[in-house]
Amino acid sequence: MKQVISVLIENHFGAFDRVATMFSGKGFNLKSITIGETEIANVSRMTIVTEGEGKDIDKVVKQLNRLVDTIKVIDLSETNHVERELALIKVDLQNTSLDEMKNVCDIFRGNVVDINNKSIMLEITGPPDKIDAVVNVLMPFGILEMARSGNVALRRGEQLKIKKKEYPSN
Amino acid sequence: MKSENVRLSGADILFECLKREGVDTIFGYPGGAVLKIYEKLYDVDFLQHILVRHEQGAAHMAEGYAKATGKVGVVLVTSGPGATNTVTGIADAYMDSVPIVVFTGQVPSHLIGNDAFQEADIIGITRPITKHNFLVRDVKELASTIRKAFRIASTGRPGPVVVDLPKDVIASECEFVYPNDVDIRGYRPVYRGHSNQIKKAAEMISNSKKPLLYVGGGVIMSGGSRELALLVQENNLPVTMTLQGLGAFPGTDEHSLGMLGMHGTYWANQAVQNCDLLVSLGARFDDRVTGNTESFATSAYKIHVDIDPASIDKNIVVDLPIVGDVKHVLAELAAEIQKPPEVEEWWESITKWKDECPLTYEGNDGRLRTEFVIEKLSEKTKGEAVIVTDVGQHQMWTAQYYKFNNPRSNITSGGLGTMGFSVPASIGAAFAIKDRPIVSISGDGGFQMNMQELVTAAAHKLPIKFIIINNSFLGMVRQWQELFHAEKFSFTDLGQSNPDFVKVGEAFGIKSFSTDNPKEVDGLLDKVFKYNEGPSLIEFKVVKEDMVFPIIPSGKSVADMIVKRLNPKNMM
Ligand SMILES: Cc1ncc(C[n+]2csc(CCOP(=O)(O)OP(=O)(O)O)c2C)c(N)n1
Repeated sequence: MKQVISVLIENHFGAFDRVATMFSGKGFNLKSITIGETEIANVSRMTIVTEGEGKDIDKVVKQLNRLVDTIKVIDLSETNHVERELALIKVDLQNTSLDEMKNVCDIFRGNVVDINNKSIMLEITGPPDKIDAVVNVLMPFGILEMARSGNVALRRGEQLKIKKKEYPSN
Repeated sequence: MKSENVRLSGADILFECLKREGVDTIFGYPGGAVLKIYEKLYDVDFLQHILVRHEQGAAHMAEGYAKATGKVGVVLVTSGPGATNTVTGIADAYMDSVPIVVFTGQVPSHLIGNDAFQEADIIGITRPITKHNFLVRDVKELASTIRKAFRIASTGRPGPVVVDLPKDVIASECEFVYPNDVDIRGYRPVYRGHSNQIKKAAEMISNSKKPLLYVGGGVIMSGGSRELALLVQENNLPVTMTLQGLGAFPGTDEHSLGMLGMHGTYWANQAVQNCDLLVSLGARFDDRVTGNTESFATSAYKIHVDIDPASIDKNIVVDLPIVGDVKHVLAELAAEIQKPPEVEEWWESITKWKDECPLTYEGNDGRLRTEFVIEKLSEKTKGEAVIVTDVGQHQMWTAQYYKFNNPRSNITSGGLGTMGFSVPASIGAAFAIKDRPIVSISGDGGFQMNMQELVTAAAHKLPIKFIIINNSFLGMVRQWQELFHAEKFSFTDLGQSNPDFVKVGEAFGIKSFSTDNPKEVDGLLDKVFKYNEGPSLIEFKVVKEDMVFPIIPSGKSVADMIVKRLNPKNMM
């Protein structure tokens, strides 16, 4: 089963590596991992997608908590949350027309972000399963290149409270 | 503190911080990247620097020091090979939760990543084997980083911390401000157990008919031995210990069932299999304890007290977890128990198992055996010595036959099983412990893995008793070869190639003896225990083919326990 874990982590040297090392060291499955800044200085948020049963996820969460750099670990699979992914997809224009591509793009509320006489690049955002659907639709036309961002996710509603104090990084 | 606002170099700051952390001993080896530190060290008088002969020795010495005292052991080495040589010791400390801080030199910041001379990414290398590690990138962060390093190493579930010090950081200056406190927001170990959980545990103990305490190294680390003893005495509970737990409860006390697990006593393992309540205290259900987890203590409710939440439900799913410092939890637990459990029948069963299959060894053929040596040692020191073992058969025999009476007196490499641990670890312990004898016990194999440190012991005239149990084999591996690998004694016979251990000892200036005669054991032990002006060494030449029993084969269960060698003679 797919599981989504959100981790607030110190934004400093080596913190990301520590999480990645822990996953490989403990033999945990890692499907995607994203990291970016947050509203708090020196704190990053990682969104980790992993696969496993509830028991395995408990272990992952405990091991994440054990790392000194992690500030807060939330198992989002258990809570109501929003999950998004972005994909850039370059499609071969030889087997399709501009109109057809724009059509597909509109249906999925995407944007055309680059075009030339050989290919067209679409930008699609949405829940990961929507991206899967777009990829399915575009596959027959010939996808030349594709980049997916991996998931980002946030809990709905109430904001998690953490002290807004400034901390020196190290 | 105004007076402290002076400009200091990184090297000065390092020592100012060590002073404030109460460090009295560091184990180290100099080199290019740390020359500046060694320059300062020359004039430092508040601590002693112990020059080792190999950086692995330094790391194990720091472990020995830490395990014997509970204080943080400190290591100082240069970059590159100096740093990588400490890796085994760091991994060992990680597995056994030993608080050490390792300062490694590093090439100057601007050369990091350039394959500079003696550069190694020690932060990357040690990431999976440290509790935490730091690369100090600015001298302004040095003081707070050192503070954090000691805090992290010594609190919660202790462990090793590496602090990597680029050469330029050490050389540059800044205003020295010692942080009174450091806040590490991602690090908040929980010390107090949940009181409702503790109440429940108390009830479970009261109501059980066949309770068993399963005690690990956590009890020793938390300093909870007295609380444990109280709980046991008041409630008449049987206690079994892991390898790291030995000493947490007196081995001579009638409540002690000795060690459990792979080479544990028959009666301790029977108690595990038959108990209706297993209370794990600062232990982690390691595979050497559980064997096959499917068949481990199946009839028991399980309570697990541990300061590390990640240990709970890791190998064995328990019924009642209590996250907290085991000393605190033990004290509360003892206070919460309203009535002691009724355990008379349970004790009868245990006694029956004990009579059924006591620890025995062949003793009447006039040949020298390890068990005999350890028994003598235990008697002679009344279980009061600090015993530092290496890894192998002699380690298990020591665990079985030495009756450890005090916490922090059994120092051994458990989790990683590092051969070559004993010689340096005993030296580390000897720098801290002066009022009890220190005995290092190694096999002939493991002794040769770090014997260069005999120099360190001799140079400081440490009265360590080095004991070599020479069975001319890598004994434990030989045992597995005989039992499980078709008796192919592949590369385990050291008999032809072993050095003359007496000459080795003497070359280092150590009083050295050797015997293969059981009758001489007493006299030789007396001799070395009387001699305290420096180290001494005894080689005991023991029977080659002996095996450690009982043994539960790896991954099997108590039912598969082998209690003695099956050879045709025994079967008649
Ligand atoms: C560094 C290291 N290498 C290899 C091993 C595997 N090993 C475990 S026990 C053992 C044999 C130890 O032989 P010895 O030191 O003579 O002790 P004995 O078992 O005979 O008491 C070996 C090789 C180990 N534990 N550590």
